[in-house]
Amino acid sequence: MIRPKSRPKTRTALRLSGVACVRGGRLLFRGIDLAMEPGGSALLKGPNGIGKSSLIRVCAGLLRASAGTVERHGGVALTDERLALDMEEPLGAALRFWARLDEASPPALDRAMAAMALENLADVPVRMLSTGQRKRAALARVIASGAPIWLLDEPGNGLDDAALELLGQAVAAHLTGGGIVVAASHQPLPLTSPIILAMADYLPVLSTSEEEAA
Amino acid sequence: MRAVMLLTARDLRQAWQSGGLWLPVAFLLLVASLYPFAVGPDAALLRRTGGGMLWIAALLASLLPVDRLVAPDRDAGMLDQIALRGIGEEMVVLARLIAHWLGFGPALMIATLPAAALLKLDGPTIGQLELGLLIGTPALAALGLLVATLTAGMRSSGALSGLLALPLAVPLLIFGAGTLGDGSGAALKFLAAASLLLVAITPFAGGAAIRAGRE
Repeated sequence: MIRPKSRPKTRTALRLSGVACVRGGRLLFRGIDLAMEPGGSALLKGPNGIGKSSLIRVCAGLLRASAGTVERHGGVALTDERLALDMEEPLGAALRFWARLDEASPPALDRAMAAMALENLADVPVRMLSTGQRKRAALARVIASGAPIWLLDEPGNGLDDAALELLGQAVAAHLTGGGIVVAASHQPLPLTSPIILAMADYLPVLSTSEEEAA
Repeated sequence: MRAVMLLTARDLRQAWQSGGLWLPVAFLLLVASLYPFAVGPDAALLRRTGGGMLWIAALLASLLPVDRLVAPDRDAGMLDQIALRGIGEEMVVLARLIAHWLGFGPALMIATLPAAALLKLDGPTIGQLELGLLIGTPALAALGLLVATLTAGMRSSGALSGLLALPLAVPLLIFGAGTLGDGSGAALKFLAAASLLLVAITPFAGGAAIRAGRE
């Protein structure tokens, strides 16, 4: 049941065509097309509540697209506002649980923690960590997972300048290594020529019948 | 299979750390010590009704941890992160069922021994009770978990859990308590059948409930 780590036959890819999403009976967006190849990155833009997080969850397969198709080749790693780490565990042990599920090697986890400057916090219980440190821990899990497709929902929230720098380096290294990054972020990320998805362009237009009803 | 083992180990560790494992045991012992105060110290009456009382106590004890079983992991995003790794929700629920039973079934069976002494139960009745609990506690664990997956994400899920679980627990109670005065073993077989059914459907029904809860 665990995702294969490498798929040499199929190239890493993320393709969306004509994707629409309905949340709570309301059509959030429709007609989103996105084709991403190794090394590609996309940046979701738009005001709060426009559906950036929902689109990221659709990409991850956690939400069903109400129309259109989502095609993924390669494993997915996601970070969003929820930490998903056991609060009472030391940070190292909490991350190790996910590394085991990901079948990531201990050195890979150590490297990921070093990449987010978390080495000194391995013995600190997760509940004692600050907002920025928790965010870095979630990012370390993404890095350690070895998944080629990264979905980052506001990865820079709560990070200080030094941590943003580390995040930028990690993203750049991932893209150089043939990974894919889809991010919704208000902070600048060092994405080289990302596909900009302005979510406002995909708002549903009212059909005539709806306009009459209104 | 490896994922199920990892998840089970993690769920057990979490249950142990949260300290919630003592709750059902303490509840059962408390009921057993209060019951003689309510009906009087008549040994014959206690012996006749005590077994059934312990079944009710076991059933209610199994509902105590329900609000901690699924909702915290759902809110923390654990379930989503597991799903991303291609692990089916059925496997998640199966792992949790194993961990939940390990955390509460054996402890409840051990707590039944002093409780039975308080209610003046005789040896054969205690034997029947323990055998019934061995077969019945997996079903109680499955029922609690199933209700927990259904009510995760709702407000005041605790009260709703009780309302949902208790009607479904009626067969377990009838057959479980029925084993006590039954020499033919028929009630035990019915209890085993009801238990098997609940344990078998819980991973699928619970997995579907978790998936539906994402929408």
